[in-house]
Amino acid sequence: MKPRHKRMALIAAGLAAVGIAATLVLNALRSNMAFFFTPTQIAAHEAPTGRSLRIGGLVETGSVQRDGVTVHFIVTDTAHSIPVTYTGILPDLFKEGKGVVAQGEVAANGVFQASEVLAKHDENYMPPEAAEALKRAQASGESTGKALVMDTESQAK
Amino acid sequence: MKLNWFKYASPATFYPLAGKLIPWFALSAAGLTLAGLYLSFFVAPTDFQQGESYRIIFIHVPAAWMSMFIYIVMAGWAAAGLIFNTRLSSMMANALAPTGALFTFIALWTGAFWGKPTWGAWWVWDARLTSELILLFLYLGFLALHAAIDDTRRADRASALLALVGAVNVPIIYFSVKWWNTLHQGASVSMTMAPKMAATMLLGMLIMALACWMYSIAAALARVRCIILEREQQAEWLAKLTQEPA
Repeated sequence: MKPRHKRMALIAAGLAAVGIAATLVLNALRSNMAFFFTPTQIAAHEAPTGRSLRIGGLVETGSVQRDGVTVHFIVTDTAHSIPVTYTGILPDLFKEGKGVVAQGEVAANGVFQASEVLAKHDENYMPPEAAEALKRAQASGESTGKALVMDTESQAK
Repeated sequence: MKLNWFKYASPATFYPLAGKLIPWFALSAAGLTLAGLYLSFFVAPTDFQQGESYRIIFIHVPAAWMSMFIYIVMAGWAAAGLIFNTRLSSMMANALAPTGALFTFIALWTGAFWGKPTWGAWWVWDARLTSELILLFLYLGFLALHAAIDDTRRADRASALLALVGAVNVPIIYFSVKWWNTLHQGASVSMTMAPKMAATMLLGMLIMALACWMYSIAAALARVRCIILEREQQAEWLAKLTQEPA
């Protein structure tokens, strides 16, 4: 074994050791690495109680009620849902059926009192016409979305 | 014809080669940037939910990609420097670090400007943003550690170790949005899935990414030439080179 082969092996072993250590640490910290809890996790009592936390999910369609600057809505992950109230300015992308992350505490009446509401958008980017066509296709349930987006796009050009 | 790559492992032969390559990479960087910006601002359509603010993606994503990729390349050069004891490898690692730090900073900065209008916050401590911030500190730490040690060879070895240990952070950044709940959305473009972007948007982003590649190579080559000049001051080849008219 030449010295440089020895060094190469040493570096490979070192990298593997650091990698394994990082994996173990991240695994142990799994729950602490999450930015928010889902309604299902809260229903299963996996979230801490009695202190501020973040919940995330979709804003249930038809659930948003405005009362001056106070907003009531329901955060859902389709399995469970939590009612939320928030007083303040909402981000522009806050919409029914879209992602949301709210920070606050669960009050005694089971309503989540949010002190901050953030919008969580998805990773899809397309022109409005394509989004419209996608929505129509989903409503009629006749086509899988992806192929259609590409179709309308080539037509639009 | 068989090219002898190892010939260019020596600073004396690499110095003029880098000088010849820089204009080509710089020119293609400029050309691709112009084409990419034109596509980004005039050809790519408005997004259905974010409107015009999504256009930050054309610099944000290429910068974020470069920040991770340059770190891997830098760690690779650092490892090569440790294993083969070649001077040029460590110089390359040093030449890449400032460009990597620059792109990390751009990714964080444009991310903040994007986050405010879409999420409603400049900054959140989610796994993606935090691990990218750690990447910036790793770059700065690499540069600081190297600058703190007077003996260049010792500085090379110490900072190479830091670069290698820090490489663990890169997959964490990349997969953070998959492994944990984050406010940051998942990847729109990946090796395994069809892109979740309209074709012209994707094209603009890829061309901008290519422009960043070309810029990074040009900047790294220009910087490595400076490092060579600095470190090889006493070398005979350099004395010969500077005496000859260019």
